[in-house]
Amino acid sequence: MSNLSESHPPSFWTRIWESNIGYSFRSNPVAVASLMIFIVIVLMAVFAPLIAPFDPYDPAQIDIMNSEYPPVWIDGSDPKFLFGTDDQGRDLWSTILYGTRLSLLIGLCAVALQAFLGITIGLLAGYIGGRLDSLLMRLADIQLSFSTLMVAIIFLAVTQAMFGSETFNQYAIYFLIVVIGVAEWPQYARTVRATVLAEKKKEYVDGARVLGFGPMRIMVRHILPNSLSPIFVISTVQVANAIISEASLSFLGLGMPPSQPSLGSLISSGFDYIFSGSWWITAIPGVVLVILVLVINLLGDWMRDVLNPRLHKG
Amino acid sequence: MFAYLVKRVFQAAAVMFVISLIGFAIQDNLGDPLRELLGQSVSEEVRQELREELGLNDSFVTQYARFLGKALQGDLGTSYFFKEPALDVILKKLPATLELVLGATLIIVGLSVPLGVYTAIRPNTILSRIVMGISIVGISIPVFLTAILMIFLFSVELRWLPSYGRGDVVHVFGNWETNFASLDGWAHILLPSLALASIMLPLFIRLIRAEMMEVLQSEYVKYARAKGLWPWRIYFVHALKNTLLPVITVGGVQIGTMVAYTILTETVFQWPGMGFMFLEAVNRVDTPLIVAYLIVVGFIFVVTNTIVDLIYGLVNPTVNLARMGA
Amino acid sequence: MTLLSVRDLTVKFAMRDQNLTALNKISFDLAKGERLGIVGESGAGKSITGFSLMKLLSHPGFIDSGQILLEGEDLIELSDARMRAIRGNRMAMIFQDPMVTLNPVLTIGQQMVETLRAHRKLSESDAKQISIVKLREVYIPSPEERLDQYPHELSGGMRQRIVIAIALLLDPQLIIADEPTTALDVTIQADIMDLLLELCQSNKVGLILITHDLGVVSQMTERLLVMYAGKIIEAGRTREIINDPQHPYTQGLINALPQQTEPGRPLKQIPGNMPSLSAIPTGCPFNPRCEYALDHCRTTPPEIVRYGNVEVACHEVSRLNAERSEEQGA
Repeated sequence: MSNLSESHPPSFWTRIWESNIGYSFRSNPVAVASLMIFIVIVLMAVFAPLIAPFDPYDPAQIDIMNSEYPPVWIDGSDPKFLFGTDDQGRDLWSTILYGTRLSLLIGLCAVALQAFLGITIGLLAGYIGGRLDSLLMRLADIQLSFSTLMVAIIFLAVTQAMFGSETFNQYAIYFLIVVIGVAEWPQYARTVRATVLAEKKKEYVDGARVLGFGPMRIMVRHILPNSLSPIFVISTVQVANAIISEASLSFLGLGMPPSQPSLGSLISSGFDYIFSGSWWITAIPGVVLVILVLVINLLGDWMRDVLNPRLHKG
Repeated sequence: MFAYLVKRVFQAAAVMFVISLIGFAIQDNLGDPLRELLGQSVSEEVRQELREELGLNDSFVTQYARFLGKALQGDLGTSYFFKEPALDVILKKLPATLELVLGATLIIVGLSVPLGVYTAIRPNTILSRIVMGISIVGISIPVFLTAILMIFLFSVELRWLPSYGRGDVVHVFGNWETNFASLDGWAHILLPSLALASIMLPLFIRLIRAEMMEVLQSEYVKYARAKGLWPWRIYFVHALKNTLLPVITVGGVQIGTMVAYTILTETVFQWPGMGFMFLEAVNRVDTPLIVAYLIVVGFIFVVTNTIVDLIYGLVNPTVNLARMGA
Repeated sequence: MTLLSVRDLTVKFAMRDQNLTALNKISFDLAKGERLGIVGESGAGKSITGFSLMKLLSHPGFIDSGQILLEGEDLIELSDARMRAIRGNRMAMIFQDPMVTLNPVLTIGQQMVETLRAHRKLSESDAKQISIVKLREVYIPSPEERLDQYPHELSGGMRQRIVIAIALLLDPQLIIADEPTTALDVTIQADIMDLLLELCQSNKVGLILITHDLGVVSQMTERLLVMYAGKIIEAGRTREIINDPQHPYTQGLINALPQQTEPGRPLKQIPGNMPSLSAIPTGCPFNPRCEYALDHCRTTPPEIVRYGNVEVACHEVSRLNAERSEEQGA
């Protein structure tokens, strides 16, 4: 009997497809559409150099004479430029592809940094406990009481003023990742700490300790897997927020420079032309940004409904 | 109660101390005060003399002590650009920003509670679905983009509302001028407040809805039903009171966050508040003004958080403030 | 005089692919002022029965079919508004854990007054007076001061007394108590049960006591229902069932009591576990755990039959009874 059923063990993907999560995903068209759009955007970002008809970072390909062409479906356009051109004469479509790449890269790296810091601190605080725990959590409270965006704006403004905009622009991408990455660690730390405290009481952790496993191994192998689903849910929201934060900072001129624009800086450069009628320089990157953030948020919502049994009941 | 208050105030003071340290470090490293005072064509000897006179050669601790002493008396340095005390410059701009925050807060509080409660009680109606749909789109659009969209729609295309500035303001007292006293003032503050509220409002609707739905699952709500209470009493007394407690905590933090968003909103609408001023100060490397802004904003954050914590303690009967102080 | 009459009550849970049956055609009667116990392991459907009677099942549970007749009026047919007027008024409920039953942000007084005023036109001060009288009845010291206190300021036992006082506020005909002492300290469990018994007797209130504790049931109730996997498997006078259980499951429950085991010996637990709702065995639901099960027990579900003074759902009841008599005779 058991031999028969085990002769074709279901593959990893089949198991996911058949599971409750898989079912809830299949039966939720919004989640399916969101994931598909997200994958398309990610692929476009990854393969931007192959897809884009022009290289927006190559000054030789940019001609100021081409500036402010409208998209092809509007009179006075140039068929070479699908979505028209920006104020410097760059092909908007190519610039958007490269910009999406930067926005996604910064968002993902910043959240990876947040997660790394937060999980490490959360594990330490929860596992070691005592004074270290109360100190770290006090720090998390204070950190959370300050808005990330505010901290980031002041940090970047001061950095920019200190180094001058030329040096700043050169390293802007690293500054953005670090400042967005460092400011939000308490989100992870609190969740992980709570799971650690809940898991620490359970027998298997005692068992592992009795068997002589070190605290490192117990934390990473036994406790961490149990906090994975809240970490997943937080991460989606955090990626969406990080992308918005990056765009906001770039819009204020405290992020990616116009020569190497992310979606935020592209919107910013177009804002000056909105009154003169060149709405597309702002509108098209804006739509891409909103769709990107929206699908991530929709996926996050779906994931929270599925993975959080408390809310799932409701 | 008193012990808790003291503890909380002490903690707030500690945070302000750290902020002042950061502020001083910025002042110490950013820009050269001598160049601002003298220009570049001055001999090295004169410079050294002046450095000595200004105390720039003193130790870090001495210099910081002087900075802190002055700051406590309200002296946060003199703006290079305005040639005025930095604190005065900020206080002049403060009412504009506070009115913007007030307008947005009114919109958020007025709409988020009824909509959050409604979508929690009737999650499957068409209206609820529409509200939740708009909410998730709302949290996905950055504040500055909403602001641009509104300008494009209501100012450029429809020409209904002005796109920049404060319009006719009415003087109230001191340097406080208000937007809320004239029709033109209302017209000018409407779009910026809406834009500022645009990301917080959906956030609060979703927060209130989620909390309310969780509370509606609780045993005490089930028990309230078993007692045969009228539904409105279950929703608005039993459930809402428990829902709003955690919302107060989050709300306090978010009011602080709104100050950050004012920078974005004020930039788009060229609103003459302190956020707009701050970005100009950054572009002009007006160090005293940057530091003064940091300290004022830090102060606003610390004060709102402390007040919110105290309110939470007073509203929530299960928090024993007397015991927390111990 | 019948107060409550339940007929073929079926409750289901709407799950992803199918509806799971949580209560399978249960029927029983309760006379006025009668005290009825419902026992069974967790998952048997005891609490679901209690909440169904109040029509307080929460999603995904729903009443599929049957009748709940309160003095001849079918509650299932009633509108939400008319059902509200019955809850807390003619039928009151006592929940399991007093630590989470009372609303943490409302005072005891507010929670008592609102209950009275939801059903009767009373002034605030009159409602307070009635509340104080009822608090006194449940032996709460200085009741006037309690009215202004919040639940967290009181002990678990005190809170459960208040919940009992709230249940009595409107002089109901029936109180449904769902494991009212499980969450309390062992030392005060007996006090609360004694209080409940005393109040039910003196006020002539009907009681449905849901519990897993056979000892409590034998002291508190006149009649008893034994539930297993959403079905009533044995019903009758409490004393008769406790003294001479007919269904092998009831026998197992009684044999598992510590009093039935000699000191130093392991408890005689029933082997196996209650089946989950999605995997109820065909035939008699108890058959996989039953040492007497025969082939037809695995295929045909047993009907409830009258046997002696009790009703029991077991194919083999007469054979088993005969075997037992032989053993005792031998």
